[in-house]
Amino acid sequence: MNIHIQGWLLALPAVVLLATFTHIPAIKTVIDSFFSTPHGTRPARFIGLTQYHSLVADPIFWRAFTNNLLYALITVPLAIAFALAMALWVNGKISGRAGLRLAFFTPTILPMVAAANIWLFFYTQDYGLLNQIGRAFGFASVNWLGDPTTALPSLMAVTIWKEAGFFMIFYLAALQQVPPDLYEAARMENAGRWQVFRRITWPMVMPTTLFVGINALINAFRVVDQVIAMTGGGPDNATTLLLFYIYQVAFTFWDLGYAAALSTVLLTGLAAVALAQFFLLDRKVHYR
Amino acid sequence: MKVLARIATATAVALTLGVSAASATEITFYYPIAVGGPITKIVDGYAEAFHKKHPDITVKPVYTGSYQDSVVKAMTAAKAGNAPDVAVLLSTDMFTLIDNELVEPIDKLATSDADKAWLKAFYPAFMENSQAQGHTWGIPFQRSTIVQYWNKDAFKAAGLDPDKAPATWDEMVSFGKKLIKKDASGNVTQWGIEIPSSGFPYWLFQALTTQNGAILANQDGTKVAYNDPKVVEAAQFFADLSIKDGVMPKGIIDWGTTPKDFFEGKTAVMWTTTGNLTNVRKNAKFAFGVGPMPKKVRGGSPTGGGNLYIFKSKDKAKQAAALEFARFLTTPELAADWGIATGYIATRPDAWETPAMKKYAAEFPPALVARDQLKDAVAELSTHDNQRVTKALNDALQAVLTGAKPAKAALDQAQAEATRLLTSYQN
Repeated sequence: MNIHIQGWLLALPAVVLLATFTHIPAIKTVIDSFFSTPHGTRPARFIGLTQYHSLVADPIFWRAFTNNLLYALITVPLAIAFALAMALWVNGKISGRAGLRLAFFTPTILPMVAAANIWLFFYTQDYGLLNQIGRAFGFASVNWLGDPTTALPSLMAVTIWKEAGFFMIFYLAALQQVPPDLYEAARMENAGRWQVFRRITWPMVMPTTLFVGINALINAFRVVDQVIAMTGGGPDNATTLLLFYIYQVAFTFWDLGYAAALSTVLLTGLAAVALAQFFLLDRKVHYR
Repeated sequence: MKVLARIATATAVALTLGVSAASATEITFYYPIAVGGPITKIVDGYAEAFHKKHPDITVKPVYTGSYQDSVVKAMTAAKAGNAPDVAVLLSTDMFTLIDNELVEPIDKLATSDADKAWLKAFYPAFMENSQAQGHTWGIPFQRSTIVQYWNKDAFKAAGLDPDKAPATWDEMVSFGKKLIKKDASGNVTQWGIEIPSSGFPYWLFQALTTQNGAILANQDGTKVAYNDPKVVEAAQFFADLSIKDGVMPKGIIDWGTTPKDFFEGKTAVMWTTTGNLTNVRKNAKFAFGVGPMPKKVRGGSPTGGGNLYIFKSKDKAKQAAALEFARFLTTPELAADWGIATGYIATRPDAWETPAMKKYAAEFPPALVARDQLKDAVAELSTHDNQRVTKALNDALQAVLTGAKPAKAALDQAQAEATRLLTSYQN
């Protein structure tokens, strides 16, 4: 009995903080989503699922949703592939290893808004860095952020560039956990490099891949900074992602009830991903 | 004992300070910055000058970021019961502020004969965005119109008269075609014209619709005319400049980099706010001209920029102080000073009669262009649920400009969306 009280007391500060700033607001958001937005003297009134009906009928929501899905499906695998490749490279015995690791990690240290502004310069039409390089090879100038077909991929590139270095750190740690005798055994068996990677490295870093994958997935649905800094969601919602849309509905349109409904949908999705992580982690991702 | 005495003295001092502070009024003033220059320093100077004139009122100026940040901050602060007393916000935020019951009608506070004369002292074009439902809600402060800037050297090189900007839509295209320059591999190195289309394309587009004789919204902000045939024609012309005539870069043209494009010689003509005048004067390495908007059936541009709003408050002393400060900021002398420092249009005719403004206009005649255009100016698009109703038009325009949708279909869709949003306000 006593030990239970003690335990709860120890957890109390964390519980209070989490409840105040995370759980209670989350629950309140869900409740708010069943009410209309108050305006001046018109108070909020209960309207049931109306916000969700308009959500289903809202083409911009669906646009943001598909954009975000694409964003996740493309940036997550690519960021993981780059992270693993970089980790494998800087894990080897090469000269200037520390410098190389630092170089790969640098994008992570930069604040997103600063990084977005650097990329904004790369993407500028005509005299931006990318177009200047392109021109030297005789390519026509591309309006990267001003064309609906290239705008979203341009934002994806920034995310991959920024996240790969961060995930590399996890892979580096994982690679150092792989027992060296496995590699020695492989060498004695004359295994090729691909075989070593396929049969030893890849399975051994699987838990890390899962961890990184889930986090990258959650991050992909939390992207907002570079959208605000680089495109403002345009052209014609081509780069509107869910969180950006929520921000816009809440603080540009001041439609707080609808923003609550959108947040609830996003929250449910992310919670499902997080649950899947716990569920999967306990299962067969560990190589035994 | 000594300690006790000290505490007693300290308490007495604190009490006196408290009393003297209570007899004076302190008001908070939110303001955004949307143009270059040492704006913070200028505003702090105005607050100090005001305090010297009215020692019983202290103004606390708070810089609140961009226009968008500022309205977010003012509304959040107001919802938390801590609204600013007076703020500079977009003139188009008017309906949002009214619908949330945050601002006081100025004509209810300013009731003396002198006050009534003050409310009539501004250019009527600026008051269009400041009045609704029979009340005046905002006082014009930092206001602008769109003007065209052109590179005289580039005009000369293309065999055009360097002193004549395109005066009609046809000339925009024909001059543009002459101004286009290409390199050996066929890439354009100098465009004929740039009209920015990122962020708030509706504003620049509204110049085109005005010139084509259309009015986008009614005065009460309850109806829009996005799919009026004249508006569709204007959108088609806007898109044709790049897609059909090839005189403007394809895709979305960034508002922020347009002046840079102009300085770098990437475009020979640009449309932007008169608020950029000082910026262009400082950075253009070539002879440049500033001209009014070209004509189709008429000339004209929407107005733009920010008004002073007085927030609702139970403290009558604070409201009176806020009104006094608004009056101070819009005297002819200060309006002239502010216009010279920033490039915004001094908001009242008598400001242009002050010695400082006369001297400035004589030295730099382009400063007069935006003012002279005011007679053709219309109210900037502003409705209830403004941001959303405007976004419908922005999205449609970007779709048309990037060739994703035909003009008629895109604008029909925007009209349907706007009508749906505005239905609840039409009673």
